[in-house]
Amino acid sequence: MSADTPLSKERPNPAVDGSELIRFDRVVKRFGANTVLDELDFSVASGKHVTLIGPSGSGKTTILRLLMTLIKPDEGTIKVGGAYLTHEEKNGRLVPAGEKHVREVRKNIGMVFQQFNLFPNMKVLRNITEAPVTVLGLPKDEAEQRARDLLDLVGLGDKCDAYPTQLSGGQQQRVAIARALAMRPQVLLLDEVTSALDPELVAGVLDVLRDIAHTTDITMLCVTHEMNFARDISDQVLMFDAGRVIESGPPEKIFSDPEHERTREFLSAVL
Amino acid sequence: MSAGTHDTGSTDNWDWGAVADFMPHFWDGVLVTLQVLALGSLISFSLGLVWALAFRAPTRLVRWPVGLLTEFVRNTPLLVQLFFLFFVLPEWNIQFSAETTGTLAIGLHYSTYTAQVYRAGIDAVPVGQWEAAKALSLSYRRTWTAVILPQAVRRVVPALGNYVIAMLKDTPLLAGIGVLELLQRSRLEAAQTFQYTEALTVVGVAFILIAYPSSLLLRALERRLVR
Amino acid sequence: MTAGLWEHWVLPGIWITVQLTLYSAALATAVAFGVGMARTHRSRLVRFFAAFYTEVFRGTSALVLMFWIFFVLPQLAGWALVPMWAAVLALGLSYGAYGAEVVRGALNAVAPAQREAGVALSFTPWQRMRLILLPQAVPEMIPSFCNLLVELLKGTALVSLLGIGDVSFAAYLVRLATTESAQIYSITLIIYFVLAFLLTRGMKVLERRAKAGIGQFPEPLSTGGWLRFRRSDAKSPELSSTGVTGGGASR
Repeated sequence: MSADTPLSKERPNPAVDGSELIRFDRVVKRFGANTVLDELDFSVASGKHVTLIGPSGSGKTTILRLLMTLIKPDEGTIKVGGAYLTHEEKNGRLVPAGEKHVREVRKNIGMVFQQFNLFPNMKVLRNITEAPVTVLGLPKDEAEQRARDLLDLVGLGDKCDAYPTQLSGGQQQRVAIARALAMRPQVLLLDEVTSALDPELVAGVLDVLRDIAHTTDITMLCVTHEMNFARDISDQVLMFDAGRVIESGPPEKIFSDPEHERTREFLSAVL
Repeated sequence: MSAGTHDTGSTDNWDWGAVADFMPHFWDGVLVTLQVLALGSLISFSLGLVWALAFRAPTRLVRWPVGLLTEFVRNTPLLVQLFFLFFVLPEWNIQFSAETTGTLAIGLHYSTYTAQVYRAGIDAVPVGQWEAAKALSLSYRRTWTAVILPQAVRRVVPALGNYVIAMLKDTPLLAGIGVLELLQRSRLEAAQTFQYTEALTVVGVAFILIAYPSSLLLRALERRLVR
Repeated sequence: MTAGLWEHWVLPGIWITVQLTLYSAALATAVAFGVGMARTHRSRLVRFFAAFYTEVFRGTSALVLMFWIFFVLPQLAGWALVPMWAAVLALGLSYGAYGAEVVRGALNAVAPAQREAGVALSFTPWQRMRLILLPQAVPEMIPSFCNLLVELLKGTALVSLLGIGDVSFAAYLVRLATTESAQIYSITLIIYFVLAFLLTRGMKVLERRAKAGIGQFPEPLSTGGWLRFRRSDAKSPELSSTGVTGGGASR
């Protein structure tokens, strides 16, 4: 992709120099008696593509949902781009953030869901333009131009006027990716984006994501069971078990020479 | 009351004495209301079952007229049906008291609703049950009484209960033909004392006090019976 | 029955009934959406008051409420409403409470993931309601609203007990004038039946439009089965407590 791609930045990412973009600080999340995240510390550098792997129930998806403020941490803090996500500083003390503050920080984060979650009441084009127009205040024609460019990027330039129910799962997921990118987020969260797809549709979606990963400096945080895809796009892989990161490193290292016994077990089970 | 709004004078006129005076009549009214409700429910439950079985009759000659009749009764006002029975039955030389006429009207009207409840309950019995009954060569009668209805009843009880509550709230319509139920008692009281506030308010609150706990009870019953 | 009776009492009566139905339906719709949305509000206090409203107005009898608004409210408040508007108020408030349950049910039936997708795109709660939840929930409400509308039409007959000249009241007058009860009451019942039929058909068309507007394309209207008034695609609404939507007035 060249410089005039739909993803070229009018709002520059604050440093692709590897400065810290996401920081979890002793985050605890419990569901009832079940502790899903146990004093979790980890950070993601700006511009990096990080993949979370691990057995189901190890807390990977919880991390994405915390970042999306769909759920709240029980303890600890989360920072995005230097600002607290779930807290506000008032008179030098940290207090739970108000709705407005949360929304402001969250604008920097986009998410693609396992089940696509397109709005069935809107045609494809409006699915993509609605948030840029109502949330970011973009003029309508500008938002539409941006949406058309993104649809071209994901190979669906001819589907502007279709309703989501008229598309295949793979097409819907590619629209969902375009919808998330239209907000020009600094971080893109990908929550098992291919698990709900028929096998023959997986490749198309992964190709689009690979393209985005290789040609942009958007930060990606990705939960996936597609180990080849993880190896392909990741700068760093985090292995989760029982709410903690038990091993992390570049994909070559994790996939070919893991140190931890649990990692080895997990990889031999899924590969 | 004329066009627009106008001053009716004092606004501070709640009189506990009037409430006390009304209470004996109130309890008489409760008795009549509950009488109508109990008999009306009984009629609607049994007549509704007749309609529901007729919906499944083997011949159109039964299904269609019954379908038309129940749709007609269900889509027209109970009040008008009440007047129809009250004024027309005597013309045909059928003499009933106002209370009996009212009970019949409520029972008939609500039977068209309970029929739908039974129908849904019967439809919800898995097809396999019909086939199993056929495989065992059970008679038509045994199939209904031993297999289908017992299974359907469990599902329909909460819904029927809801219609009993709905019927309760419709019993005041009988005041229209002079039955001495709760609303009519309060009207008579008001006509005698010129104090509308107390009697009508007591009656209004009484309905809420009966209907709300009953609906809570039914919701609990529904949770227990269904699945 | 003479042409004079027809022209002076019955026809104006039909018109009053239609007006009462439309005005009450408008008020009930406003109440239903206001209270129904309030029941999904984040604030517990708002939810409590909305639930309180629905329980009180579903618990009371519509006719008693109408009498209360006619006779008690003027004494307590010091002013009185025109009879027509008092009736509209009573009908709108009680059927609005039933409608609120329909609205709440339909909003809750929208997939939770839709709300999450709205959060992920940074919509405000009101934007989520307006742009995502309501457009998906409204078409689902229409069949239940259709049932309620027929119940409301039947409920308007209650106003005749207060001397408002609707079609039921006209029937009463005609009976006094002609002493032929069977004829006039049969005609009156048929008038209500035809009105109910027209309302049901109108709502079916509305439902198709609404569904097409959000990308659902149901089967075309069948010409057969004209006897089936109510929705045929309901999942046995008769069997759930929320299925009993009308009630209270003239079920």
